[in-house]
Amino acid sequence: MPLFYEKKQLVAPGDLLAEGDYVSGDSTYKENEKIYASRLGLVDYDGKRVHVVALKAFYIPVPGDTVIGKVVETTPSGWVIDIKAPHPARLRASDVVERSFKPETTDLPSIFDVGDLIIANVIAYDRTRDPQLTVREPGLGKIVRGQLVEVTPTKIPRIIGRQGSMVGMIKRETGCQLTIGQNGLILISGRSPEAERLAVMALRKIEKESHTSGLTDRVTEMIRKERKAVESN
Amino acid sequence: MKVTKKKPKKEREKMANKKSEKLIDKKGIRLDGRKVDELRPVKMDVGVLSNADGSAYLEQGRNKILVGVYGPKEAHPRHIAKQDRAVIQCRYHMAPFSVDERKSPAPSRRDVELSKVIREALEPAVFLEYYPRTSIQVYIEILQADGGTRCAGITAAALALADAGIPMRDLVVACAAGKAGGKIALDLMDTEDKVGEADVPVALMPNLNAITLLQMDGNLSVDEFNAAVDMALGGCKKLYELQKEALKSKYVSAEEAK
Repeated sequence: MPLFYEKKQLVAPGDLLAEGDYVSGDSTYKENEKIYASRLGLVDYDGKRVHVVALKAFYIPVPGDTVIGKVVETTPSGWVIDIKAPHPARLRASDVVERSFKPETTDLPSIFDVGDLIIANVIAYDRTRDPQLTVREPGLGKIVRGQLVEVTPTKIPRIIGRQGSMVGMIKRETGCQLTIGQNGLILISGRSPEAERLAVMALRKIEKESHTSGLTDRVTEMIRKERKAVESN
Repeated sequence: MKVTKKKPKKEREKMANKKSEKLIDKKGIRLDGRKVDELRPVKMDVGVLSNADGSAYLEQGRNKILVGVYGPKEAHPRHIAKQDRAVIQCRYHMAPFSVDERKSPAPSRRDVELSKVIREALEPAVFLEYYPRTSIQVYIEILQADGGTRCAGITAAALALADAGIPMRDLVVACAAGKAGGKIALDLMDTEDKVGEADVPVALMPNLNAITLLQMDGNLSVDEFNAAVDMALGGCKKLYELQKEALKSKYVSAEEAK
């Protein structure tokens, strides 16, 4: 049962990763007991599971995910939301409007208009139908302030860190609120533009160096250094 | 008034052979200084466009090709969407300034045919069944043409697809071989293609060892055909190494830029 690459080595689509009794994980595929990479990325082994952390990928909705999207259209029965997935997502008006919703009387654009950004949860998606969203939970709904940062969706787990260690650290060090959309969009809202700038810098650093170890410590250090430099000015 | 009589067929064939013989000199050197089994100099770049989801730029000799990829996204018009898989919409297009004499920018019969042929060469490599009802758009723009653009287009399109993060079974790499000046030669350029006897473009998925495109234009004996395919496959393997290097170098340069 040989493995052909070391952990964190860069592979291209079609590269043979492992042979034998292994399980194929993200961005890989299995054929005739052989596991190949299907995207450009870094190999990782996790027991019997072989997967590739892709350098670039697109978002595939999973029920339960929190996503950040943009309203692209209002229809008589709801909204069409762009969540950067292959299919546009639907948000039904009956999900938002209390009690009996009547398409002829309710003014939907006054709730969410084209161009608005919203935080929502995916409730259903099965490839035969477009993804369904909901905003009926605390913390969801229209975004009124803050900054958006976009990263490749495959890097979201790294940004969250083990049990949320990385986001937790950024929140603590910069004093910003971070809302992470699984689709690669991250909302930052802080007390000052300076705090937000620090958080954006930290996210960009994580994105660029996501494959390295000891990243949390280095990002902490960077934020502290930056903050000191600003304070001393 | 001078009247030129059409020469008898035998004589015409003889003349054509004479012209073709000049393509390779006695030492086996071709018009552009290459040996028979040598590729043109190749340069590949990945991620050159910021608005497309994936992109690649390729130079092979005097060929200059730019590819942009979008998707997978909702298929438009709706009726082209397939319920069980994604569709690839592929456009091969030659820029008006890509050839000596201005070419009309409207898609020609040849453009339409090559679009189809390239699409079919790429389809086996992409996991289309993962993304039903969507379309993946591949735009291949020939900025400058000098023979072998369908192959160079496939090589560049595979890079752009990989750059867009679209899951693939394997990269696709293409190369042509043919007969010019009476000898089997690799990677024919424009003059060799037009004056020479035959051209055999081949596209390959190198790790799976599967051919996704095989065409022949001209006349070859069975032995010559086999020799040409073998030579083209050899060329594909060389190009594949360059392809992987190009993909990986994008990442390495990002790492160095910290």
